[in-house]
Amino acid sequence: MIRARVIPCLLLRGHGLVKTRKFKDPVYVGDPVNAVRIFSEKEVDELVILDIDASREGCEPNYELVAEIAGECFMPVAYGGGIQNLAQARKLIRCGIEKVVINSASIESTGFIREIADVFGSQAVVGSIDARKTLLGGHRVFVKSGTVDTKLKPEDHAASLEQAGVGEILLTSIDRDGQMQGYDIELIKKVSSKVNVPVVACGGAGTLDHMRRAMSESGASAVSAGSMFVFYGKHRAVLINYPTGRVI
Amino acid sequence: MIAIVDYEIGNLAAIANMFNRLGERCEITADPKKIKNAAKIILPGNGAFDACMQGLRATGLIPLLNEKVLNEQTPLLGICVGAQMLGHGSEEGNEPGLGWMDIHVKRFPALPDLRVPHMGWCHVKKATSDHPLFEKLGEDARFYFVHSYYLATTHTEDVLLKATYGVEFAAAVGKNNIVGVQFHPEKSHRFGKQLLGQFAGELS
Repeated sequence: MIRARVIPCLLLRGHGLVKTRKFKDPVYVGDPVNAVRIFSEKEVDELVILDIDASREGCEPNYELVAEIAGECFMPVAYGGGIQNLAQARKLIRCGIEKVVINSASIESTGFIREIADVFGSQAVVGSIDARKTLLGGHRVFVKSGTVDTKLKPEDHAASLEQAGVGEILLTSIDRDGQMQGYDIELIKKVSSKVNVPVVACGGAGTLDHMRRAMSESGASAVSAGSMFVFYGKHRAVLINYPTGRVI
Repeated sequence: MIAIVDYEIGNLAAIANMFNRLGERCEITADPKKIKNAAKIILPGNGAFDACMQGLRATGLIPLLNEKVLNEQTPLLGICVGAQMLGHGSEEGNEPGLGWMDIHVKRFPALPDLRVPHMGWCHVKKATSDHPLFEKLGEDARFYFVHSYYLATTHTEDVLLKATYGVEFAAAVGKNNIVGVQFHPEKSHRFGKQLLGQFAGELS
């Protein structure tokens, strides 16, 4: 039986976790180590942790914090934010994570993706794409936490990431981020039909039904969400939660 | 002491982390003296088959591992590519494996809607052969898999657990003191914790 992965995506800013809306207005939601411990107790399928300041500010990953987080995780963890070379990936994997998430740096060159994949395997490299809908109905890739327009089409960029050696694609809709109104089905369809590696849909999940639709209608292999797992109720009270016994 | 063989591949900290939680003594090491004295051995592996075999060979530990595993019958658990290395080789590369078991590693077939790598949680079922390592495995046991190649053998008695992804494949293989699991017990919550606890405790 194949069980689709449901993956909380947590955003790191400094030493705290935040949640954004359309990549803006970060709201503090708690201490990362504590949150990760709770997710681990809830037996989540996998976790993605993204440092949303790292690429924009050009800083190194916080290795100590990554090691502390990884020590709480008895499930796979992917970490992203500011990764530009093999040495950083090696150090992060030594800290106890399984996968490195590459986003902004892949626009300049994809050579280092091949280097990381050759040493650690494709499964250890996640290509992350943040996309925004254009006025004409197409989609374009943005980097550095959604602040820089690359003019690239997400499906084309996904294909070059696959070519470069990533083992999966984390595809986030900037427009849907934090809205909890459903995924951008059209965007996921475009990308998943263009690559053969698994595509993880992110941005917009509010219900399990949204997740089911992302998989049945658009070809996503796994789903990720932020707000749905850290907020509860219409007033968005902070409460870490994860569906148990779900069938997706 | 459980030795986790260090040839600078993959996430070894996670394996040690699980044993530490279980209160079992373990060490990530490439020191022949420590491996010689180890009561049990974990052979990890991640990424490309050839890179793993080359990395392991570069440590010079293979003759010692042969001695420990084949002559002294020290319990050894291979994880992921560490399990694939127990056999003769892999369709992924050209390097010979350790040859301890009659296994060939094959690539998942190109089937529509079957994305490769196989990445995620999967239930396993016991095969016909019993092994003490899986004695207490619950019916609901599921494990985290990430692989593009799978363990295949014509010796059905060597298959201990089965799983399905497009094709049915061996999720675990074993013969006497040697066991290999395709999944990652160190990343499989309580199911993996139970399994590694069983390896640490019972197989002495």
